[in-house]
Amino acid sequence: MSARIRVVPAPAKRGEVVEVSILIQHDMETGYRRDDEGRVIPRDCINLLTCRYNGVEVFRADLSSGISANPYLQFYTVAVASGELEFSWIDDLSVQGAARAGIAVSE
Amino acid sequence: MSRAVPLLAAMLALWSPGAAGQERRIPAGELKSGIAFASPEVRAMQADDFSNPGMLWVEKGARLWSTPAGGAGRSCADCHGDARSSMKGAATRYPAIDRASGELLNLEGRIRQCRSERQGAAAPRHESEELLALTAYIAHQSRGMPIEVDVDGAARPHFEAGRELYYRRIGQVNLACANCHEQNWGRTLLSETISQGHPNAYPIYRIEWQTLGSIERRLRGCLSAVRAVILPYGAPEYRDLELFLAWRAKGLPVESPGVRR
Amino acid sequence: MNQPGRRRFVAGLAGAIALVSRAARAQTDQLDPMVWVFTRGVPVQKGRVKLELPLLADNGNSVPLTVTVDSPMSATDYVKSIHLFSEKNPVRDMARFYLGPRGGRAKVVTRVRLAGTQTVTAIAALSDGSFWWDSAHVQVTLSACMDES
Repeated sequence: MSARIRVVPAPAKRGEVVEVSILIQHDMETGYRRDDEGRVIPRDCINLLTCRYNGVEVFRADLSSGISANPYLQFYTVAVASGELEFSWIDDLSVQGAARAGIAVSE
Repeated sequence: MSRAVPLLAAMLALWSPGAAGQERRIPAGELKSGIAFASPEVRAMQADDFSNPGMLWVEKGARLWSTPAGGAGRSCADCHGDARSSMKGAATRYPAIDRASGELLNLEGRIRQCRSERQGAAAPRHESEELLALTAYIAHQSRGMPIEVDVDGAARPHFEAGRELYYRRIGQVNLACANCHEQNWGRTLLSETISQGHPNAYPIYRIEWQTLGSIERRLRGCLSAVRAVILPYGAPEYRDLELFLAWRAKGLPVESPGVRR
Repeated sequence: MNQPGRRRFVAGLAGAIALVSRAARAQTDQLDPMVWVFTRGVPVQKGRVKLELPLLADNGNSVPLTVTVDSPMSATDYVKSIHLFSEKNPVRDMARFYLGPRGGRAKVVTRVRLAGTQTVTAIAALSDGSFWWDSAHVQVTLSACMDES
């Protein structure tokens, strides 16, 4: 799954609140649509997404079909140290996804 | 009868595009991209490169550009180098006549031809991830540049065919493209504001589709809306029409990947 | 007034009327199973939460949403979670966001699906055990989940 991550500002000062955004390519299939032959397209949504900052969870989301396709999420976290933001998610078909971005923190 | 003929001639003159003139019904100064008719939310989505979902496909296309494909194991980059320079302006000139085959090709058609004839790979299916990603990536390299298709020479008969299609009433609803997009652009139809129907942002992330799609997909949507027979993907009518649409939009900057409702 | 302006005026008027009637019914929200599951009967207070959605959405498949909670987000006073739920969607439980003391700012932005014109509600659970809510009414022209293309 393609995903893009953005951290603003970069670099950030220690203690500054940074804005973290992620955009994931995923159909977030609702289970209410039908294909050209009238068959129901089964539901498949990302249901859990986690963000860990240097291994510590700083954001978590339970999602559903109520979140748009190609989900976009933006949240905030305090810049404590340089390192890595690691996103992981799982969908209804148990397909896992992951994406990483560095976070640069200056003194 | 004698009074009807001049009246008929006058009506036809008003209706027909005119044999010699290449006057566009919407003059250059009044051209408006579809984004001008979009809601603030859609405009914001397109304006932010990070959160524009179409950019997911542009990124995918960038990866595919450097990935070897086909029997010879060649990537697009092997022949075309860095797309950011080699593909700059390419999308502004399509659809165009392929010198080798004499065929009118749009951007998707050119990519499919390269894949099958020069890379020895299977031509990607219409609306496939691969084709959408490569088209989005290549079209994106022309973002901000004005459309400048050539409708002379071998392209002329295609242009004429496209123009005839544009003004022909079709479907159970009996509407021509011009009825909405030339005579009534800017007016509301139910809850939507009718745009001028330009092709400058394709492929687009259409919120209704919840994914990226090609101009052919959008034209099929229109055919469905007027209850006309939906021509199969790849039908020459789409390309002729696309050429006419591009001519109509000459001067408008490319916005690919666009976001529309 | 030009066309888009007129649409927004009508939407705004409809939204204002809906909001007033919604506030009047605020008392009964406690019994909404969506609320109960989250609060277990602890009273939910209006305020501190700001839920922002456009008054009018052309297409319910993607509607931008911002939810902000007035909170210092300190080690001892922070937002634990924000629950978003829908009035009309087939799945009313839209999303839950779990923040915490490292959040810095209690603000989440996303894009949601709305199956028709409706009110969306956000409830925030704070570290002190209190709950706060806000809601927003959206006119949706093309419904997600219901209108297919």
